[in-house]
Amino acid sequence: MNGLVKGINMEAAETKKEDKESATGKQDTEYVWPDLVFKEYLAVVAVTALMLLWALMVNAPLRELANPGLTENPAKAPWYFLGLQELLVYFDPWMAGVVLPSLIITGLIAVPYIDTNTKGVGEYALSLRKFAVYNYLFGFIMWWVLIVIGTFLRGPNWNFYWPWESWEIHKEVEQALVFQPAWGPAFLGIYFLAGFVVPWLTSRYLREKGFLRYSIIMLHLLIMYFVPVKIVLRLVFNVRYVWAAPWFNI
Amino acid sequence: MKDILKKVTESQVWKSVFRHGYADETKNRMLQIRSNVFLHLHPFKMPRHAFKIRFTWCMGGVTFFLFLIEVITGLLLMFYYRPVTEYAYLDMKFLEFDVPFGIILRNIHRWGAHAMVATVMVHMLRVFLTGSYKPPREFNWVVGVILLVLTLLLSFTGYLLPWDQLAFWAITVGSNMARATPILGHEGPFAIVDKYNDVRFALLGGTDVGASALLRFYVLHIMLLPLVAIILMAVHFWRIRKDGGISRPL
Ligand code: HEM
Repeated sequence: MNGLVKGINMEAAETKKEDKESATGKQDTEYVWPDLVFKEYLAVVAVTALMLLWALMVNAPLRELANPGLTENPAKAPWYFLGLQELLVYFDPWMAGVVLPSLIITGLIAVPYIDTNTKGVGEYALSLRKFAVYNYLFGFIMWWVLIVIGTFLRGPNWNFYWPWESWEIHKEVEQALVFQPAWGPAFLGIYFLAGFVVPWLTSRYLREKGFLRYSIIMLHLLIMYFVPVKIVLRLVFNVRYVWAAPWFNI
Repeated sequence: MKDILKKVTESQVWKSVFRHGYADETKNRMLQIRSNVFLHLHPFKMPRHAFKIRFTWCMGGVTFFLFLIEVITGLLLMFYYRPVTEYAYLDMKFLEFDVPFGIILRNIHRWGAHAMVATVMVHMLRVFLTGSYKPPREFNWVVGVILLVLTLLLSFTGYLLPWDQLAFWAITVGSNMARATPILGHEGPFAIVDKYNDVRFALLGGTDVGASALLRFYVLHIMLLPLVAIILMAVHFWRIRKDGGISRPL
């Protein structure tokens, strides 16, 4: 509510104030016509040219008629979902396909409400917002890295192939995995418990956000960082699940 | 020549369309923006930093323009495409080999969709790095997140329509994830549904990707999702202005 009222008041006074401020040199504003409109026009021309060129040079793929009896191997989702498909290696589908994407969306929606730091608006002042920028970039980059792996480095049976390796080469079946190591559940419990309690005790910055904000932040961050943790557990320690419960496996 | 030009530009017809000249004066620069229904989305004036390509990376605008390209090429494609399993694939072949410029039309639509998915993610990155989601712009960020999801869904639903092996198996893989939805998917934890009434069935209109899935994805792709996206874009652009214009340092 507050934000909206503030927004409307700002808009009403906008042009008048800006004219005055420009005159007194307080805020440097400029008329949108023609400077900005001209740049937009150039952008339109450039994008149109680029799309035409791309369309002339590369044909959209069209393979054989759909055949439910003939499974594609590998069957890949569109590239923007390959990060999630790549996670199927490390998590069961309910995590990789449902829980993690849902948390990405709820986490993104929550961003403006959990980031109480008012610094660094309208400029690239990253050093004033280290916590937010670091965590956001971590997730953003991980999203793209997983997409690249899923797109370029996965072949038949979702085995790992370098770009210069032929998909004809037969890949060894993965080393036998430990279904659930004895220390798994304890590890999971400690990760989340300590991950939740320790920052609260040690970081005044986080405490000052209040308990509700803190909980939402930590829920999302702990699960986000659990993804690389699980990847390491799987690749280095051959762990399939840290916790195999009767209802689901993690 | 000059006389003719003068006669034309001072005629009633000309003046009924163009209500101002090009002289470089404040009044004209404001009229250019306000008397044009498309340009009037802009404010008269903006802070100078926001004119710079290195501030916005032009990414919101390019995303919007790519959306317009998709609407136009998509509309033309609809003249040639029938969303039934008997014809869908044949129509793609027809488009490729018989329709003049059909292949280019399809290529632009295909690559434009890929480009839009990429630019919307980059736009989100720039909004994050400039802290532009902070009050009073919280809600516009939320609208943006929904637009991001819609962009992905638009692209995903379109992916099935060529009805080739690539499309069929990508959507099969993608929609299989929905089986694992907790509670509402028949293979998910705590399932209370079976194969015939879970979320995947609702999405596909059947237990497998088939004729009803094709029709469902088509209707979502050409009607429902674009409609919602257009409405939300209107809200998005309106709110940029109402939230005090493009973000600026305080
Ligand atoms: C179909 C998708 C979208 C379109 C067409 C779109 C378009 C635009 C445009 C044209 C602007 C003006 C400034 C600029 O170009 O950067 C803008 C600003 C903005 N967008 Fe988007 N956007 C989309 C998606 C998103 C997403 C995914 C987010 C964030 C999650 C977002 C959040 C914002 C915010 C907060 C602003 C205000 C920025 C400021 O004041 O500096 N938008 N959008």
